Amino acid sequence: MAEAAIELIGINKSFGAVHANRDIHLEIPRGTIHGIIGENGAGKSTLMSILYGFYQADSGEIQVGGKPTLIKTPNDAIAVGIGMVHQHFMLVQNFTVIENIILGAEGEALLKTSIAKARSELERLEREYGLEVDPDAVIEELPVGLQQRVEILKALYRGAEILILDEPTGVLTPAEADHLFRILKQLKEQGKTIVLITHKLREIMAITDNVSVMRQGTMVATRKTSETTVEELAELMVGRRVLLRVEKGETKSGGFKLSVKNLTVKDSRGVTMVDDVSFDVRAGEIVGIAGVAGNGQSELIEAISGVRRAVSGSVMLDGKPIDVVGVADPGELRDRGLAHVPEDRHHVGLVLAFEENENSILGYHDDPKYLKGPFLDIDAIMADAKEKIEKYDIRPGNPKLKTANFSGGNQQKIVLAREMEQDPGVLIVGQPTRGVDVGAIEFIHKRLIAMRDAGKAVLLISVELDEIRSLSDRILVMFAGRVVGERGPDATEGELGLLMAGVEHKEAAE
Amino acid sequence: MDLLVQLLDATIRVSVPLLLACLAGLYSERAGIFDIGLEGKMLAGAFAGASAAAVSGSAWVGLLAAVAIAVLLALVHGFASITHRGNQIVSGVAINFIAAGSTIILGQAWFRQGGRTPALSGDARFSAIELPGAEALRDVPVIGTIYSDLISGHSLLVYVAFLMVPFTWWVLFRTRFGLRLRAVGENPAAVDTAGISVTWLRYRAVICTGILTGLAGAYLSVAQNAGFVKDMTAGKGYIALAALIFAKWKPVPAMFACLLFGFLDAASIRFQGMPWPVIGKVPVQLINALPFILTIILLAGFIGKAIPPRAGGVPYVKER
Repeated sequence: MAEAAIELIGINKSFGAVHANRDIHLEIPRGTIHGIIGENGAGKSTLMSILYGFYQADSGEIQVGGKPTLIKTPNDAIAVGIGMVHQHFMLVQNFTVIENIILGAEGEALLKTSIAKARSELERLEREYGLEVDPDAVIEELPVGLQQRVEILKALYRGAEILILDEPTGVLTPAEADHLFRILKQLKEQGKTIVLITHKLREIMAITDNVSVMRQGTMVATRKTSETTVEELAELMVGRRVLLRVEKGETKSGGFKLSVKNLTVKDSRGVTMVDDVSFDVRAGEIVGIAGVAGNGQSELIEAISGVRRAVSGSVMLDGKPIDVVGVADPGELRDRGLAHVPEDRHHVGLVLAFEENENSILGYHDDPKYLKGPFLDIDAIMADAKEKIEKYDIRPGNPKLKTANFSGGNQQKIVLAREMEQDPGVLIVGQPTRGVDVGAIEFIHKRLIAMRDAGKAVLLISVELDEIRSLSDRILVMFAGRVVGERGPDATEGELGLLMAGVEHKEAAE
Repeated sequence: MDLLVQLLDATIRVSVPLLLACLAGLYSERAGIFDIGLEGKMLAGAFAGASAAAVSGSAWVGLLAAVAIAVLLALVHGFASITHRGNQIVSGVAINFIAAGSTIILGQAWFRQGGRTPALSGDARFSAIELPGAEALRDVPVIGTIYSDLISGHSLLVYVAFLMVPFTWWVLFRTRFGLRLRAVGENPAAVDTAGISVTWLRYRAVICTGILTGLAGAYLSVAQNAGFVKDMTAGKGYIALAALIFAKWKPVPAMFACLLFGFLDAASIRFQGMPWPVIGKVPVQLINALPFILTIILLAGFIGKAIPPRAGGVPYVKER
């Protein structure tokens, strides 16, 4: 094994009563890509923030290049060659690329010379690593993938030899993620050390040399990636055996529950996002819509669920029309048995400042079972919330707790419990497992299969191709607002990937 | 022609306190600290300036006192909103109340002239400066009139105020301090992770605000007028804030916005009680309200979307 770029010895960190890092030992060999994996809240980000000087460890030692090093501020970390690409980019949105890169590393009091210096340095980095980006572009006008590249350039400009990336693919499309991985491999070949924090097992397997697993603040294992399996890592992460493949029986699909005909939807800028789309969903089947984010899936489910007006087309629910062009409203559709789990649970699905029990009836608050005359029946609501907490294993199991204080997976379970327990005939689900832990993913998938087996119609959209493939009975692929193909659940990833990239059916077959 | 020159000359004089206050607000708000207390700092500065000038007999001592007290109040605002992450509007309003009340009480206690300070004369006031060649050029048509009547013959602080415009632009867009100042108002987390202290940067910004509001206050009581009168800022701090929004937090447009508001103010004084063709005499109150009405109309739709610095008004807390 090569010498260690970083060694952490006995790191401890508490936030109040929460012991976020407990006696962490970790050795990262120079010139490797080291994965750190764990569920949300396992302490990965805290550990890396300590390494970057954002927080101070309560006890323990950090060694960089074999020498004990005191890292008190990000400046100290930068000085010893540690750079960090944060999950939420630390960029000034209305600054240009070059302004963002020199911020904090200007060198001189006047900008002119430092910008000129940065420009030539940037050209060198571009040549060496193939990290192309227009130095005068304004950040907010760049796609997310390029913004991330600016973050990487920022670290390299400061002379980073060790690069920490915190959940770098969370905001990227699959193509952008692939590109990022190519860049990381190239950086490794140039001798840089890379630390990759993620909760996605596939990424770990695809790119890392070694992987360390964290669970509840402790480092539970470190493995050579080539000597471990996805199953083992999942088990180490969650602390019990996890079923990664969804088990489901044959579909017993019945009559049409939802029929979409020639639906066209424009977004607020007037751009056509859904272009003449038609499909059906039958009782007892899950129809998955695959596609790279931004190809009209979001607008499609928003139009069907009455959140957004369609321009033209028709939708039938149980054989009766929904007025998607005119006045369809989500409340009326709920009464007719169409439930909707929105893609963005933070802004659309939940009121984060509300208590859990309030969110668990949101939108159904005028259901007579929650009312006592004109008033809310608090006892009934609390009893109902407790029942859902029990059934969906929502943790912590306190209906009085503010929703913002639940983890992403548990927040998602609150939304799912609310919508599924109304026993809808049709369920529309957007990104059911985005930002959700492995353990909760398994649970959510089981519930969706249970809905299908109970004879409900489920329309699923997800940017996770694995999720679409393992849950769906039929897969529709959307590209540029159109449904460009339909495949069975046995379609290969490559086949779907080509369709998602807009390669025509015939070419794909060749 | 004479009327126009007089009107423009008055415009420059009444624009100066607006401009200094507006640029003061620009430093603070660009760094993410909203400051509704420009008015109070200006008022306190005017009072301190006039008092110190009256006692010492020197306008310069007055100026120093004005700047010192305004910086002190700016640091109070900084302490509340940066160090203690308090509500910036509440802190700003509190400073306005403190300034409005204490200037009258202290003025009465010290000078016993009903809250006024003694009238200043001679060296205790900033007097008009004749620019070189103003006399010689006076008879040249147009250019001579503009130079000698409009540009020449103002007090030192007028020239300082207008020179602050290119200076502020240069600081904001050409220096390291300016880059960091703009960054901290947009995304303090980016500044923090780049290894720069958010707290110290924001304190420096509010100190700039203090200095400029002090200059504005000193101009009011030691240059434009000869002493302090109670409530002499008369809402100029708020108009300066409106001008700042109108100018979208940029120095050069800020100057034009302040000149526009100054022009309306000057015009309202000039045309007070004058009968207009067709409509006849317009009530004074309506003329006086014009700048405010214009502000509302302009802000309501004519300037497009004014996007404030993204982190404005939000205390910076390191997230967990």
